[in-house]
Amino acid sequence: MTRDVTSSRDAEPSATVSRWSRTASVSTGAALLVVAFLAVLPYFVGGQAEQPLITLLTFIAMATLWNLLAGFSGLTSFGQQAYIGLGAYGLYLVASHGINPFAGVLLAAIGAAVVSLPVSALVLRLSGGYFAVATLVIAAVFQIAATLSPSVGGTTGVILPGLAGYGDVLREALTYWATLAVAVISVVGVYLLVRRTFGLDARAVSSDPVAAASSGVRVGRIRLLAYVIAAGGTGAVGALIALQTLYVEPTTVFSVQYSVYMLFMVLVGGLGTVEGPIIGALVLFALQETLSADGAWYLVIVGGLAVATTLVASRGIWGFASERFGWSLLPVGYRVRGHDR
Amino acid sequence: MNWVNAVIQGILLGGQYALIACGLSLAFGVMRIVNLAHGDLAICGAYLGLVLSSALGVPVWVTLPLLLPAAFAAGMALQVLLLGRALRHGVLAPVLVTFGLSAMIENLLQVAATSDPRGLNGGALTLASFTVGSVTVSWLFLAAFLTACAVLSGLQLALSRTSWGRQVRAIADDLDTARLVGVNVAPVFATVAGIAVATAALAGVFIGTIGTFDPLAGTNTLIFAFEAVVIGGIGSLAGTLIGGIALGVTQVVVGEINQAYAVLAVHLLFLAVLVVRPGGLFAAHQAAHEPRRQGALG
Amino acid sequence: MTPDGPLLEIAGLDVFYGDFQALFGVSMSVARGCVTALVGANGAGKTTLLRTIAGAQAAERGVVRYGGTDITAAPPHRRISRGIALVPEGRKLFPSLTVEENIQVGAVAAASGAWPLERIYDAFPMIATRRKQRAATLSGGEQQAVAIARALAAAPSVLLLDEISLGLAPRVVEELYQVLHGLRAAGTTLVIVEQDLSRAMDASDQLVCLLEGRVALAAAVTEVTRDLVIAAYFGQGRS
Repeated sequence: MTRDVTSSRDAEPSATVSRWSRTASVSTGAALLVVAFLAVLPYFVGGQAEQPLITLLTFIAMATLWNLLAGFSGLTSFGQQAYIGLGAYGLYLVASHGINPFAGVLLAAIGAAVVSLPVSALVLRLSGGYFAVATLVIAAVFQIAATLSPSVGGTTGVILPGLAGYGDVLREALTYWATLAVAVISVVGVYLLVRRTFGLDARAVSSDPVAAASSGVRVGRIRLLAYVIAAGGTGAVGALIALQTLYVEPTTVFSVQYSVYMLFMVLVGGLGTVEGPIIGALVLFALQETLSADGAWYLVIVGGLAVATTLVASRGIWGFASERFGWSLLPVGYRVRGHDR
Repeated sequence: MNWVNAVIQGILLGGQYALIACGLSLAFGVMRIVNLAHGDLAICGAYLGLVLSSALGVPVWVTLPLLLPAAFAAGMALQVLLLGRALRHGVLAPVLVTFGLSAMIENLLQVAATSDPRGLNGGALTLASFTVGSVTVSWLFLAAFLTACAVLSGLQLALSRTSWGRQVRAIADDLDTARLVGVNVAPVFATVAGIAVATAALAGVFIGTIGTFDPLAGTNTLIFAFEAVVIGGIGSLAGTLIGGIALGVTQVVVGEINQAYAVLAVHLLFLAVLVVRPGGLFAAHQAAHEPRRQGALG
Repeated sequence: MTPDGPLLEIAGLDVFYGDFQALFGVSMSVARGCVTALVGANGAGKTTLLRTIAGAQAAERGVVRYGGTDITAAPPHRRISRGIALVPEGRKLFPSLTVEENIQVGAVAAASGAWPLERIYDAFPMIATRRKQRAATLSGGEQQAVAIARALAAAPSVLLLDEISLGLAPRVVEELYQVLHGLRAAGTTLVIVEQDLSRAMDASDQLVCLLEGRVALAAAVTEVTRDLVIAAYFGQGRS
C-alpha cells in the first residue's frame, strides 16, 4: 500500500504515497469492535435497547446508499422511496410464498435491483434537476400501481405473513441482526466500491460528464452501477422497514419523507464522504429523539437545516472537520507524505 | 362515452397545466434551475387566495391585484436570498435546496392550515356553464384556459419584443457572454423568478377554485408541470401549451374509461415520451442535461 | 480623470484559474487613441488578459485603472458603461437571436448613444442586409462583423478585440481591418490580439508580447524589429 516515489531532481527529498494512515487503522479497528459489540448486544439487552438501534442502523443504511448516488455520482434522486416500497412489497410477496421473511430481505433487495434496470433506462437519460423530478414520477407510478393492485391490498395495504412462528424476543433480535447486517454491508460495500477506480470515475462524472467521457470514463456504466446498487440496497432497507412495522401500505412505504431524511442526513453529515452519512444519521436520530419524532414541525426543521447546511456549510459536518483537521477515518484517496507543501 | 366532450375538457384542463408549467420552463431555460418547490409555491398561492378572499369577503378573483404582486415579490426574494446563493455552491445545490424548501413549505402549510382539503371562493363563475351541441363547458374551465393562453402569449411577446426579453434570451443562449457584453444578470434572474412564482400562484388559484387543494398537493402539481414541460419540449413556451394539452386530454379521456387509471396514464405518457424523444416534441435541442448548453427560448 | 495620463492602465495582474496561474504580474499601459497589438503563442494569456480587463475574469492581485479610476472590482456591465467593450474570442454570438437583436443586447449598458443602429449598419454594410436573420445562420466573416458591431453598440472608448481574423479568408479580414482603421481614425483606443504578426505590426502603435503569462516585450512598434518580436514570442534568449 505504500510506494516510494523518488523524483528526478536531486535536491528534493523522496515522498511516500500511501492510501492508509495510522488514524485509519485505529478507527477501522474501533469500528470492527463496535460492530462486534452491536452483534452480541441482543444477548444482553431486550427490545427497548434494540428498537432505537434498529432505527439508527436503518438511517445509516439509507444515508450511505443515497450518498453513493448523490454524493459520489451526482445523481440527485428524490425517488428512492420507490425502492423502499418495492422492497417492502417484495418481502410481502416473498413471505406469502412461504419463504422465511428474514432470508427474504436478500430476495427483496435483488428484486428491487432488477426492477431498477429498466427504470434506469428511462431516468438516466436525464441529469440534475430533471433527473430529480423524473425519480419523483417513478415513485409516484409505483405508488399508484400498488394502490391499484388488489393482490397487495390496494389502498388498505397488507400484513407481513410468515412471522407467526417467532416469539417476540426472537423476532426482534432477528430483525435487529438483519438491520445490522444491511447497514454494515452498505457502508463497507460503498466504501470498498468508492475506494477503487469507481470512486474517482464517479466523482469525475459527477463534476463534468463530458470531460470524464473524453478521458475514457464509461459515464453510462458508472451511473448505471451506482443507480442499481443504490436501488438494491434501498430495497433491502424497504424490506427491513416491513419487518419492523409488520404492515405495508402505499402512502407510508412510498412516502417522499424518506427522501427528505436522506437529503438531510447526507447534507448535514457530509456529501461525498463515507463517514458523513453515518454522522448525519446520528444527528437525525438525535433530532428525532429530542423532538419526539413525527409531526409537521419536525419535518420543517429537518428540511430547514438541510437547506441551511447547503448554503452555509456545504461540505457538512464531516466535510468541514476533515478539511479543517485533516481527519479521515475511512480514506478513499491517496496521501502524500514526506514532502513539504 | 362522449369523446368530443372529453377531448374539449381535456384541452381546457391542459391550459391549466400549461399555466403551472410555464414558470418552470422559463426558470429552467434562463437560470438552469429546476425549482422543486414550484408546485408547492402554486399551492401557497391558493392558500394566500383563501386567506385574502376570506378576510375581504370577496371571490378570489378580486384579490388577484394583491396576490399576484405579492407572489412576484416572493419569487424575487426567493431568487436573491436563496437560489442565487445556492448557485454559487455548484450545480447540484439548487436542486437540493429547493427540495428541502419544498419539504419546509408543505409541512409549514400543514401546521398552519391542517391537512383538510380546501376550496376557493370563485363567485358566480364557479357555477356557470354553457352548452354547445353535446359539449358542456364550464365558464371557469374556459376562463382558466384563456388565461393560460393570454399569459403564455404575453410572455412570448415580452420575450420577442422587449429589451428585457432580448436579455433573457441572450442569457439563455450564453450566460457568460451575456454578462460580458453588459447584461446585468442578477436583476434579470430576479424578475424571471418573480414571473415564475406569480404564474405559479395564478395557476394555484385556478386549481383551488376548480378543485380542492391541501398542503401536500404541491408535489403532484410539480410533477404535472414538469411532465408538461418535457412532453412539450424544454425551452419552448408554445411547446409547454401543447404539452399541457397532451396531459389534460390523456387524463380526461382515460378518466372517462376508468377514473382510477387517469393519473397513471398521464405518467406513462410522460415516460413514453422520455423513451422516444427525451427532448420533447418541440425542443430546439435534444439534450436535457444541466450543464449550460446553448438553448433557445421561445 | 487624468486627460494626460494613460486611458487604460494595468499593474501587477495575477490571474488564476483554480490552482493554475495564468498571468504573472502583468503590467501594461495604453494611451488614449493608441492601438496596441497583443501577441503571443496559444496559451500565453492574451485572452485571459483581455477578459480580466473587461471584467469577465477576476484578478487575484493587481490593479486595472481606467481614466485614472480603479475599476478592478467593477463588474462587466459597469465597465461597459464607462467605455470598455470586448469582442470575445470565437465571436460568441447569441445563436437564437437575430443580428439586430445581438447588436441591441450589446447596447443595454452603453456608455452613450454615439453608435445607434443606423451608424453601425453604415460601418458594416455586409450585415445590414441580414439584420433580421438569426445569428447562427451567418457566415464566419459576417458573424465576426456582428460581434464587433455588438461591442460598438456600447459606444466604447476602448475596444478590445480577441483574434478577429481566426478562421476567416484574407479578403474578409481585410474588410474588417478597414473598419478598425476607421475606428482608429475616429479616435477609438484599440487593443487587438492578433496571430498574424505582420498585420499586427502594421495596424498598431505599440506592441506587447506575452509568454507563458508574463510580459516578454512591450515597446512602440517603431522601436522593434520583426525578429525581436519573434524572439520574445518564442522565449528565445532567456536564461
